[in-house]
Amino acid sequence: MSTAIGRLELPNPIMTASGCAASGRELARFFDVSKAGAIVTKSVLLRPHAGRPTPRMAETPSGLLNAIGLQGPGVDVFLQRDLPWLLSRGARAVVSIAGGGDEEYAELAIRLSEAPGVGAIEINLSVPNVASRGGRDFACDARAAAAVVNAVRSRARYDVPVLAKLSPDVTDIVAVAHACADAGADGLTMINTPRGMAIDTTTLRPVPAGGPGGLSGPAVRPIAVDCVFRVHEALPELPIVGVGGVTSGLDALELVLAGARAVQVGTAIFADPSAPLRILRELEEALDGHGIDRLSDAVGLAHRPPGTVGVMRLGESRRRVDFDDRH
Amino acid sequence: MRDVRPVQTRGPVLTVRRVDSYHALSVVAPGIAERFRPGQFVTVAVGGERSSMVTARPLHVHDVKSDYGGTVEFVFEATGPGLTWLAERRPRDLLDVVGPLGRPFPLPRDAVNCVLVGGGYGSAPLFSLAHTLRRRGCRVDFVLGAADAGRVFGTLTARRVAETATFTTGDGSLGVRGRVTDVLPQVIVDSRADVLYACGPMPMLRDCTAIAMKYEIPAQVAVEESMACGTGVCMTCVLPVIGDDGVTRMARACTDGPVFRGERIRFDDVGTIPYDALGAPGWKPGPDAAGTARGA
Repeated sequence: MSTAIGRLELPNPIMTASGCAASGRELARFFDVSKAGAIVTKSVLLRPHAGRPTPRMAETPSGLLNAIGLQGPGVDVFLQRDLPWLLSRGARAVVSIAGGGDEEYAELAIRLSEAPGVGAIEINLSVPNVASRGGRDFACDARAAAAVVNAVRSRARYDVPVLAKLSPDVTDIVAVAHACADAGADGLTMINTPRGMAIDTTTLRPVPAGGPGGLSGPAVRPIAVDCVFRVHEALPELPIVGVGGVTSGLDALELVLAGARAVQVGTAIFADPSAPLRILRELEEALDGHGIDRLSDAVGLAHRPPGTVGVMRLGESRRRVDFDDRH
Repeated sequence: MRDVRPVQTRGPVLTVRRVDSYHALSVVAPGIAERFRPGQFVTVAVGGERSSMVTARPLHVHDVKSDYGGTVEFVFEATGPGLTWLAERRPRDLLDVVGPLGRPFPLPRDAVNCVLVGGGYGSAPLFSLAHTLRRRGCRVDFVLGAADAGRVFGTLTARRVAETATFTTGDGSLGVRGRVTDVLPQVIVDSRADVLYACGPMPMLRDCTAIAMKYEIPAQVAVEESMACGTGVCMTCVLPVIGDDGVTRMARACTDGPVFRGERIRFDDVGTIPYDALGAPGWKPGPDAAGTARGA
């Protein structure tokens, strides 16, 4: 079940999703973090960040709206406390980073490259671009996203893969994907949470507090499958990490069939803290059920033209049967 | 050393009972029962397989017992679709439970006098605490309150366990008409209280803390914040808490709490990011604010 995202080699394709596993320590009480393909950390910023006011979440049908506001202690504490802990447990660390402008992302890339053991950097682009009019997210503007990718790729150590995490809240995600690939991204993570809002009919106010949140959970899975499918079609060689509402092994398989080489598990962890390893087991069983031995044989399999026979690797004993409709 | 890590388990429902306005449900969960300490909570996944409800529900633990290898009873009010689903469970139905979670109530070293204050079903976690305190030779006095008699949880147990039990209701249907804080000063004086424990809604905890500070006794309060995970990863249940170093941090109710020293919680700033909290907008790193020290 091994897979690779650029130079990052993973024993299996199931990762945690950023913001749903903190820095791994909390979840290590429920499963062995070294057994996951990788632990993707909550986005790390240069300085401590207090985040947004509460309430920070609202449960919606098959989904969850959140507006945490990137609360965290900053990169110093991360490097001093969280990263060494993750590595000491034998986990592969994919570090998510977020900043207000290219320079902050670049500085984070440098700081993380100096620390040994960072498996990959995932750029959280769903962050307001301080320099843009109205503070538009980097992910919503192909040029701004590419500038950040370029800043990180050029400063990060050459052997640390850089993943750009894209938002579905764009007119043309393929264009953003192309821009990020051209800027040097070693892979793409799709999708970040689309924006959403709920209004509390008791208090008559929006939840999360102060406006929109990011929507996660099974509600967004079809959006994720579509984004992965379209980008894999346009950029078949570029590694994609699929994420969005994965709750079971079959959900993970959907993203793999759409073109993902690895799959992240996020919101499912909230109600089932050991979900990543359960989903890994279920994915293995599902692939086995289809007679697929290697994950790479399943990646993008849904792209085959219509009419192709169901299972890719037919056993030697089975013969293909063609039917003639014109009789 | 005893294992204090929480466990994730699937266990059968043993009993479901209606307690006035609330529901009490017990489930077989040996790992949780054996690790539990008063003040800790559990989460339950609701809605069954392929549920449309994606967050865990944090619940007050009322009691743990050693029968059937270990059972856990939690108390809740069936508000909203998730807890209504939970209230509809029947014996032998399977439940996914995670616990025990959070920091328990710190216990006094010596046999001191303790006042336990509960609002609504927030009194549920105080009974296991009361039993523990009594075993250590502490005097326990209860003050329980709610809007009406049906919402005061555990009056019988409170009368049985405690030296005195005082009840307040908003409509006067049980005990004194008013709030727990109306009678609390008298109870503190009469019982010569050395420490106050409280669990309930935030305004009640704020007022209890103010009274405890006036009488110069420590207040250990358990907050009831809304949570998505209960395990410390989602960061939705935060509140401003002053750490040992004097720095305010947005602390997680689930892992840094739910029990905090009352005077450390910035009650008037709950629901906001105070301007001087670590990492607040415009915040500048000071010489002492390394950010490594843990809140509370």
